Amino acid sequence: MSVIANDASAQLLDQVNQALAANTPLRIQGSGSKSFLGRQADGVLLDTREHRGIVSYDPTELVVTVRAGTPLTELEAALDAAGQMLPCEPPHFAEGATVGGMIAAGLSGPRRPWSGSVRDFVLGSRVITGQGKHLRFGGEVMKNVAGYDLSRLMAGSFGCLGVLTEVSLKVLPKPRLCTSLRLEIDLDRALLKLAEWGQQPVPISAASHDGKALYLRLEGGEGSVNAARERIGGEDLDPGYWNELREQRLAFFADPRPLWRLSLPNNTPALGLPGDQLVDWAGAQRWLKSDADAVTIRGIAIEVGGHATCFTAGATSNPFQPLSAPLLRYHRQLKAALDPQGIFNPGRMYSEV
Amino acid sequence: MNILYDERVDGALPKVDKAALLAELQAQLPDLDILHRSEDLKPYECDGLSAYRTTPLLVVLPERIEQVETLLKLCHQRGVPVVARGAGTGLSGGALPLEQGILLVMARFNKILEVDPAGRFARVQPGVRNLAISQAAAPYELYYAPDPSSQIACSIGGNVAENAGGVHCLKYGLTVHNLLKVDILTVEGERMTLGSDALDSPGFDLLALFTGSEGMLGIVTEVTVKLLPKPQVAKVLLAAFDSVEKAGRAVGDIIAAGIIPGGLEMMDNLSIRAAEDFIHAGYPVDAEAILLCELDGVEADVHDDCARVSEVLKLAGATEVRLARDEAERVRFWAGRKNAFPAVGRISPDYYCMDGTIPRRELPGVLKGISDLSEQFGLRVANVFHAGDGNMHPLILFDANQPGELERAEDLGGKILELCVKVGGSITGEHGVGREKINQMCSQFNADELTLFHAVKAAFDPSGLLNPGKNIPTLHRCAEFGRMHIHNGQLPFPELERF
Repeated sequence: MSVIANDASAQLLDQVNQALAANTPLRIQGSGSKSFLGRQADGVLLDTREHRGIVSYDPTELVVTVRAGTPLTELEAALDAAGQMLPCEPPHFAEGATVGGMIAAGLSGPRRPWSGSVRDFVLGSRVITGQGKHLRFGGEVMKNVAGYDLSRLMAGSFGCLGVLTEVSLKVLPKPRLCTSLRLEIDLDRALLKLAEWGQQPVPISAASHDGKALYLRLEGGEGSVNAARERIGGEDLDPGYWNELREQRLAFFADPRPLWRLSLPNNTPALGLPGDQLVDWAGAQRWLKSDADAVTIRGIAIEVGGHATCFTAGATSNPFQPLSAPLLRYHRQLKAALDPQGIFNPGRMYSEV
Repeated sequence: MNILYDERVDGALPKVDKAALLAELQAQLPDLDILHRSEDLKPYECDGLSAYRTTPLLVVLPERIEQVETLLKLCHQRGVPVVARGAGTGLSGGALPLEQGILLVMARFNKILEVDPAGRFARVQPGVRNLAISQAAAPYELYYAPDPSSQIACSIGGNVAENAGGVHCLKYGLTVHNLLKVDILTVEGERMTLGSDALDSPGFDLLALFTGSEGMLGIVTEVTVKLLPKPQVAKVLLAAFDSVEKAGRAVGDIIAAGIIPGGLEMMDNLSIRAAEDFIHAGYPVDAEAILLCELDGVEADVHDDCARVSEVLKLAGATEVRLARDEAERVRFWAGRKNAFPAVGRISPDYYCMDGTIPRRELPGVLKGISDLSEQFGLRVANVFHAGDGNMHPLILFDANQPGELERAEDLGGKILELCVKVGGSITGEHGVGREKINQMCSQFNADELTLFHAVKAAFDPSGLLNPGKNIPTLHRCAEFGRMHIHNGQLPFPELERF
């Protein structure tokens, strides 16, 4: 697949400067594939999609630099052609999902507990700031501790801290062998087994449980994967399962009730949740379909050291879990430092930020 | 230009009445250990970058977090600068004290609070040594992955402040990739938790921002780290090359073959000879470069990868490829590399260790550039290189007793870092900016970027009391520094007045 390259950073910078001059907020968006997440931000649309293309990619350096408006599918195809991948398996959620949206939402797929998150693979960035400047942070090297790490801060900030125009990402070779299996054991037992395997060099790269069975993916060299496959047993699973899980296309997600995401510590036991649940990330991420109110659901998550995010637009006025008073204060101070006029996606994450 | 704090270019510091401050501290914190006599302060006048020394105003050695809380509140009220320090092993002067500031030593917070094997985390106090975490996790066959070379002594609080690395970063990441949660005290003495026990937390990723912030944004009071299962086996290949270029290309070939080694190190001839004389690791002393490639993981995979990498190395023109026959030889191969710095210390009265990173493909050009600079400055340079992640540690050999040699070594070091920036790299991969590389920050970042960094700092510490003068240079410093480093006839920061 060829990648269309176009540098539209001058136009993006112009639009930001006009917004600063007029003091009007901007609503930063790529394809809008993740616009259902978070609070709705008012503002003039700033569309990043004209600013696209791979700026540089040298597979032997394990680094790709790509413009924010590039379709994620194009980036993934270019990596795939070189036998490499984005290890964090970011969800697309819709056709046309962009690299900028992937960073802004900071969402990772089934491999996340073993590979790291989107943020973990960010090495550098270019950002248009609330001072109307187009600046560069981090770089294209694995190790770089010069200055504050503003690039990783961009991951998961939902465009509230600036317009990301370009990002450098660490990429990795695809595993030599990958196999998936389904093992019929209940959730309690599955969580116990996962805690046990987690302490051993077992090459697991995805683990989910749908209430009936444990779904596992094994990745690595032939020797380790085959040995683990034999040891664990179970039946073969179509690897397409992981894509369906990541993209929320499994039957579980069709339930009309609001969707919640619970992010929990490793080794959290099975929880009696008010609704139907689907376990991912070996138990560290649990999807919940529930009509229960936000306070109830968050109470359960907080009790075990986690937090809960609502993934259904309009189901609650605070889709992201509220912050403690000191954290909120520092969020506001940081927002004021990077976006003093408050023009970037104001209120998208929290009404006060 | 001297790197010690200079109020003319680094900004005015508050004037602190030592006697009054001491009296107030003793009154408010009667059980706090405070050092104030000059002979007691002396041992704390530098960190691992011992060429630079400043006697702190006072040294405090708290044992309870409540003491730190009260201390910070008091310092905030009275406008007293605070420099935090862990074990003091940092190599960039990040914990260099201030004459007008308190040195807050966190080393006595040395308790491992919890090791949870099933949850695969450890919760520790900031003064716990890096290696002590892995030792505490060892009974469960788990370990903490980042392993800076000072891991036997350096503390985890300092590791967080510097985003410490080590020799296994390409595969296992830096400190920032191996943290779950950091509890901090803000400059106002308020407790705040960054990150969580889960894999993510709501809001901005302040944990990522805080990691590597060099004590400028808050004080680390507790750290929860991830633990990993120990690799079943680790094997090391040693390959010799008759040119550095070939060795550099071989590194790219290994990656291109889809293999991510646990560790991948390169040494040049001067380092090889120095290490061999010292350790007798069995290195081929005639080689222009050697590569050490460690493959770790499940036994069957490691076995296969060793065969693949051997083949790649031979195809890349290695004159010799050796697999460590047993654990003893593997340890010996590594001992040569791990002792490269002291080994170089034996062949030169002093050496100055640099820490630039570069895209790996630029290695031949950068090594050529270093060799030219070495000749120009009349000082030898030995090169050891974390080849997997592009982190270079050129060691500049000099003799501090020869007038002018230290300055020449510093100037040469500065030039090497500027070369790294020029090819798209960074002035520091893992040692931090601290005070040492404060001037080179002006090469890597422009005035707008530095201004934004100062705004981030102000969001956490508006009065600038935490570790003043470190990490981010003032624009005035850059203007002064720039006067000596004029690029293309253009004066950087022309709008600023010069001293």
